[in-house]
Amino acid sequence: MEFSWMQLMAIAPEMVLTAGACALLLFDLVIPKEQKDKLGYFAIGVLLIACYGSWKLADVETDVFSGMFVLDPYSAYFKVLVYLAGALTILLSMTYLEVERIHLGEYHAFVLLATAGMMVMVSAGDLIMIYLGLELLSISLYTLAGFKRHESRSVEASAKYLILGSFSSAILLYGISLLYGIAGTTNLKALGAFFAQGSLDNPGLFMSMGFLVVGFGFKVAAVPFHMWTPDVYEGSPTPVTAYMSVAPKAASFAVFLRVFAESLGALKAHWQPILITLAIATMIIGNVVAIVQDNIKRMLAYSSIAHAGYALIGIIVGGSLGTMSLMLYLMIYAVMNLGAFGVVILLRKGTLRGEEIADFTGLAKTNPIAALIMLIFMFSLAGIPPTAGFVAKFYVFMGAVEAGMAWLAVIGVLLSAVSAYYYLRVVMVMYMREPEGRFDLATSPATQFALVVTTVAILFFGIYPTPLIDYTKAAILQAP
Amino acid sequence: MGDSSFPIVSLVVFLPLVGALVLLALRDVEAVRWTALGATVAALLASLPLWSDFDRGSHAFQFVERYDWIPTFNIEYAVGLDGISLLLVLLTTFLSPIVILCSWRSIEKRVKEFMASVLLMETAMLGVFVALDFVLFYVFWEAMLIPMYLIIGVWGGPNRIYAAIKFFLYTLAGSLLLLVAMIALYFAGGHTFSIPALMGQPYSPQFQFWVFLAFFLAFAVKVPMFPFHTWLPDAHVEAPTAGSVILASVLLKMGGYGFIRFCLPMLPQASALFTPLILVLSVVAIIYGAYMALAQSDLKKLIAYSSVSHMGFVMLGLFVFTVQGIEGAMLQMVNHGITTGALFLCVGLVYDRTHSRLIADYGGLAKTMPIYAAMLVIFSLSSLGLPGTNSFVGEFLVLLGAFITYPVFAVAASLGIILAAVYMLWMVQRVAFGEVNPKIARHPDLNLRELATVAPLAVAVFWIGVYPAPLLDVLHVSVDHLLEQTRLTSGDVAGLGWSDLWGMVRAAFAS
Repeated sequence: MEFSWMQLMAIAPEMVLTAGACALLLFDLVIPKEQKDKLGYFAIGVLLIACYGSWKLADVETDVFSGMFVLDPYSAYFKVLVYLAGALTILLSMTYLEVERIHLGEYHAFVLLATAGMMVMVSAGDLIMIYLGLELLSISLYTLAGFKRHESRSVEASAKYLILGSFSSAILLYGISLLYGIAGTTNLKALGAFFAQGSLDNPGLFMSMGFLVVGFGFKVAAVPFHMWTPDVYEGSPTPVTAYMSVAPKAASFAVFLRVFAESLGALKAHWQPILITLAIATMIIGNVVAIVQDNIKRMLAYSSIAHAGYALIGIIVGGSLGTMSLMLYLMIYAVMNLGAFGVVILLRKGTLRGEEIADFTGLAKTNPIAALIMLIFMFSLAGIPPTAGFVAKFYVFMGAVEAGMAWLAVIGVLLSAVSAYYYLRVVMVMYMREPEGRFDLATSPATQFALVVTTVAILFFGIYPTPLIDYTKAAILQAP
Repeated sequence: MGDSSFPIVSLVVFLPLVGALVLLALRDVEAVRWTALGATVAALLASLPLWSDFDRGSHAFQFVERYDWIPTFNIEYAVGLDGISLLLVLLTTFLSPIVILCSWRSIEKRVKEFMASVLLMETAMLGVFVALDFVLFYVFWEAMLIPMYLIIGVWGGPNRIYAAIKFFLYTLAGSLLLLVAMIALYFAGGHTFSIPALMGQPYSPQFQFWVFLAFFLAFAVKVPMFPFHTWLPDAHVEAPTAGSVILASVLLKMGGYGFIRFCLPMLPQASALFTPLILVLSVVAIIYGAYMALAQSDLKKLIAYSSVSHMGFVMLGLFVFTVQGIEGAMLQMVNHGITTGALFLCVGLVYDRTHSRLIADYGGLAKTMPIYAAMLVIFSLSSLGLPGTNSFVGEFLVLLGAFITYPVFAVAASLGIILAAVYMLWMVQRVAFGEVNPKIARHPDLNLRELATVAPLAVAVFWIGVYPAPLLDVLHVSVDHLLEQTRLTSGDVAGLGWSDLWGMVRAAFAS
């Protein structure tokens, strides 16, 4: 295997992230407790540098390390998404960590490592690389989920996530090895070429396809592999929940689509019905169960399950419109969900946990701006114009109708109407009930900045989505 | 035709939005009220040139503005007016200052948010009536939900939360299907969302059937047609006066407008197929609404049910496919906006004083509040369609139009007019005449501001009642053109009959 500077350049952003994470661990030892928030800014700096690198490489289309690592606009798009999510998460974490008395610098290091894992995933040109990236991501997340060590819920979340996550990884790995046994390669493009001409009646092939669906289905929290989500989301520190609900999900979807379009595209007729069933079940269970949740983190967990169902429609549809709608959906979802969690984090102050929907009672009277921001995110998640959430749903349904699956779109929109009910509930308690006492919000310039950025983005791209659409369109996956 | 280089339509649509943004920066409550009034009056003044410069001899969309919005999917920011839109735009701009005035004192908590919501509503409603791009239409159509939800839910009566959520979910479920149908039209109509372009295309009867079904649900909920009307009494009863007025005067018109703008010209065959069903539902709504109104002891509920009945006339007029019917329906939409809006204002005026909406709590208002009673009588007479008032002209035209093609339905519908006379006169008798109810004897008559809210409407009632020609002139060419579009194919409904339906449903599930 030849080695060149080109190869190192290609993975420079990932190296920056990893080096940054290591440096953070070192700084953590020497920095005094009360200055730990400086580590957060350092982590954001690392993310910005890496993001600049990825941005520079966005137009490069090449594969390095014998096709293990692919650079293309598609991966660059998801990298930007993940950087964005990582930076917003750290901004939202800083005050929260102080309130929760988590003075561990490793927190930011693990966010960086998880980010690096996702970089590897979305750039992977080989099933093995996908697995490596996924594990780097997952292990970081298992740790992050348990960061509130003194709280049993957090420890439970971490343990549950670890056990079920390893289980699903093992299933995924089994699927990968079956594929290798059949095709003799783990390279995504080579697999695609093999199945394009090879005979498809191998029973092992369908088993491996099923295992891949299980593995990815777990990572994106699609029904029936979603059982871990509410517990893990509820127990994890809120910024970690916010992060988990968007970034790993987006990266997993990116890989999901790449594998199924690039390698298993020839088997579309076989996996399409499976994914349709999953998508419908996911939308139904997610939306219906979310209605009865009183804990806002659990509600948002079920809502994120439901959103995975809409995103699955993008994979099912495929083609340029399907790919575009999936990418657009994940980008917009990331921003609006991080924003919504941002407001939840604001409410964590002093004795107030801010995790029950009832905690939002009367917020519009005491903190009109926070309430207005939450209102915008709730309507955006429900897909009501003029917010970006509408744009996201619009293109997903457009893809479904174009593919002749208008009935799937109809199911989607009807369940969207159901979802409005639980999003409205938050708006309702904020605006239509009287506050019981004074709220004192955990705001800081960092959280304010993060919330302003997300709100402005959601409104701007809701009214004028053209720049975002053009950007997405330029990055769609060119599947064979 | 107006000078198309000046974006007058956009100006009218977005003036209230600008007003709402200015409001957010204000702190003083009085300043908030005056700014809101100023914004609505500005929109009203800006809309006057639309009326004076409108070319009444052309059916084309006028004052058109087009800009690329999302070029990837040929989505444009396109607005413009024909006669049908023009009347509804003027209705909206005319009523908005009145809505602000009527909540001047009756809204005391969170005035800023309230006024901002009303202004946002105005922009969204105007946008619906002028949008020439389907996506733009949909954005305005849905955006309206947010402020209305807040208006009912924050400033409404005791059961407001239930009513607000019911309103929101009903309308949302209907309009989301509209979204799917709209996307289907995009692909069937040659990858465009332009409403004029989509109108000029032939669609297969089967396709029309499904799209019509989706449109029907969305618009029928808004109108509201029987049996999709159950959200309306709840919403009206709980909403503050301003909310009720907006809801009755303009919001319900969005449903009728949807049928005129989309169903008839784009889906003529499906419209013809559904005509019997819609006519039956309309007549049921007319009679059922009137009966329900008869039985109410709550003033607001009475007017809400009378709304259901009156909107039945609108739907009847639309689906008889005659010039008189459609012009009557359009006129009736405007009339209903004026009359029912005014009646809700009347209820609000006494509610502010007595905090009761029960008819039993009133009586003899003609003695204690003579000006008020006069107003109430005027609007009640208009509501029951007395000759000389606006509703008479509208209902007369609708019945005339219906008589040409569907005499049975016309006869059945006229029952509704008789019932309207009964419930309205009975209501007036119990509220305004008879013994003075001691509980309400000491309240003052209307002040100048309150008079200013209802007087313009009273003028409109008589003006349209005596001399409706200016309104009909605006409509005439547009309605003729609309009928031409529906006649093109509605003669041969052979491609689509109810007997084919079963086969189509089977085919859809087999594929």
